[in-house]
Amino acid sequence: MSDVLAVAEHRRGELRDVSAEVIMAGRELADALGGDLHLAVVAGDVDTFADELNREGVDAIHTVAEGEEFDHNVYQAAIAAVLDGTDAAAVVAPNSVNGLDYAPAVAEQHGLPLVTDAIDFEYDDGLTVTREMYGSKVETSVAVEGDRFALTIREGEWEPAAGEGDAPIEPVAIDSVESGARVAGFEEVGGGDVDIADADVLVSVGRGIEEEDNLELVEELAEALGATLSASRPIVDSGWLPKNRQVGQSGKVVTPDVYLAVGISGAVQHVTGMKGSDTIIAINSDPNAPIFDIADYGIVGDLFDVVPALIEEFE
Amino acid sequence: MKVLVTVKEVASAGDDFTIEGTGIAESDLEYDLNEWDDYAVEAAVQLAEAGVADEVVGVTIGPERAEETIRMALAKGVDRAIRVWDDAFATGFPDVASKVDVFEAVVAEEEPDLVLSGVQAADDGFGATGVALAERIGFEHAAVVNHLDLDADAGLANVHRELEGGVEELTEVDLPAVLTVQTGLNEPRYASLRGIRQAQRKEIAATTLDDLGLTAEDVESALTLTSMYEPESESDAELIEGDAGEAATRLATILREKGVGA
Ligand SMILES: Cc1cc2nc3c(=O)[nH]c(=O)nc-3n(C[C@H](O)[C@H](O)[C@H](O)COP(=O)(O)OP(=O)(O)OC[C@H]3O[C@@H](n4cnc5c(N)ncnc54)[C@H](O)[C@@H]3O)c2cc1C
Ligand SMILES: Nc1ncnc2c1ncn2[C@@H]1O[C@H](COP(=O)(O)O)[C@@H](O)[C@H]1O
Repeated sequence: MSDVLAVAEHRRGELRDVSAEVIMAGRELADALGGDLHLAVVAGDVDTFADELNREGVDAIHTVAEGEEFDHNVYQAAIAAVLDGTDAAAVVAPNSVNGLDYAPAVAEQHGLPLVTDAIDFEYDDGLTVTREMYGSKVETSVAVEGDRFALTIREGEWEPAAGEGDAPIEPVAIDSVESGARVAGFEEVGGGDVDIADADVLVSVGRGIEEEDNLELVEELAEALGATLSASRPIVDSGWLPKNRQVGQSGKVVTPDVYLAVGISGAVQHVTGMKGSDTIIAINSDPNAPIFDIADYGIVGDLFDVVPALIEEFE
Repeated sequence: MKVLVTVKEVASAGDDFTIEGTGIAESDLEYDLNEWDDYAVEAAVQLAEAGVADEVVGVTIGPERAEETIRMALAKGVDRAIRVWDDAFATGFPDVASKVDVFEAVVAEEEPDLVLSGVQAADDGFGATGVALAERIGFEHAAVVNHLDLDADAGLANVHRELEGGVEELTEVDLPAVLTVQTGLNEPRYASLRGIRQAQRKEIAATTLDDLGLTAEDVESALTLTSMYEPESESDAELIEGDAGEAATRLATILREKGVGA
């Protein structure tokens, strides 16, 4: 029997949705391990966050009021203090950008085997985690030795914990942290001429387009359809389109009526940004491209054949 | 200063692949330098070109086959490379800690001031190795860096960490540090013919666990890959059949029904 510690996430004064999801995943694990679920709320307005996250299934909330924004050194110190003061031996964190900045260090610091980006797990005498490999082309089961581990969960895979809980909220004091990584501020990127989040129809282009010169082809298609052009990350990384056109985790979340993905594989960080679209259409030469798993309509074919033919249909 | 770059040869699954046991059939795998590491290599080489780095050393954990890929990094300007391998890595599913065991030993030998690694390996994608290594060797760190401005004299790296939703965090990181590099940080170069020729003469030091003072037990993994399968489709996609022209006609009908281009 051992307890589980879930770690909440917030940014610039707001809790992130994944906080309620780590509670759900943490509760499942705690049930499997026959222990309690602890929640750590670190930095910022911890009291407000703790109240908001006092949901069904949480047994104890530990608040560490040190600093305003995320700092991995503070998170590490806070998690160490909570692990030390409780029977928790398993840690659940979000597989977010900040999760990637502290969870591996926490696992290393406490000698916990680490499994990241879990999309599911089962517990039967031991933890078996479901995670993807090869750009979401396959799923795998990974068995973890022992009952002490650190797990990061993919955002959006667990239902958010709901209901009202009555967990005691306990402040935890830590020594002040001299951090070697100091946050100086934030910058919003990707403003500009268009907001792809406003578009009803998006033609979205990916690395399958191969060359900058070929972009003309999808621009023509977008024009023929009266659609707005968006892109996956490599197109923006290459400087072929500005950042405000990027769909995905580090770009924009879009929910158009129609999303036409051209030469996009469907990596999770892309799909996160467009899976809420009403109708998803994919053109891709690889029948195993994961984009087909979430598409409503698919054409397995060469975009350099299909796109010109489609343009012709609308001329 | 000295920069150590972790470079991984990653496998990707071809368009048609079969799963054999807990892996993809060897003949269906294609190998390449991990995309994220390509950006890390470029960052390191640019530091050398700017006179900030005196030496750029690449390190990989990989079989002999990986040398072809590692040579690409040498052709792009990495000065020399270290390739560590043991059968323990081939038979098991190495966890992050076991890879960190190796990198820790290499760091002890090379004493770099800066370690650059990728945000994630494109194949198994743990997204964890760089940050875990930093913790082990007592370096500072920053994950998912898409802008780097190094002030070696002040012992600082000014970085942007790319968060979700188009927000970047501006952070000042004390050196020595491990930074995990995000794509878009720079524009990775193609290897020049001259670079490729020069790379033939650069050293890739084949290194065993024993050379590093480690044993197979040290790098034992706490994880076992127990199954691999193709994911179930979440949607019932209608696959549009026919040649390009027929498919386009059908798709045009669907689009018009949805009010597009009408
Ligand atoms: C922290 C983090 C954040 C990220 N954020 C984002 C994000 O916001 N947005 C984003 O998009 N990605 C993001 N990524 C990157 C993501 O992991 C993928 O690398 C990226 O989405 C891949 O883009 P792609 O599908 O265009 O390229 P690839 O994965 O290379 O796919 C290209 C596709 O084109 C197909 N193709 C090739 N030739 C043709 C042809 N002639 N006709 C038809 N099809 C063809 C191929 O079969 C393939 O499926 C992020 C990654 C990380 C680690
Ligand atoms: N076998 C390896 N050899 C060299 N570098 C590696 C290896 N595994 C991971 N890395 C480095 O760690 C980064 C993150 O990998 P991962 O944590 O496995 O997603 C990669 O981008 C590489 O820079």
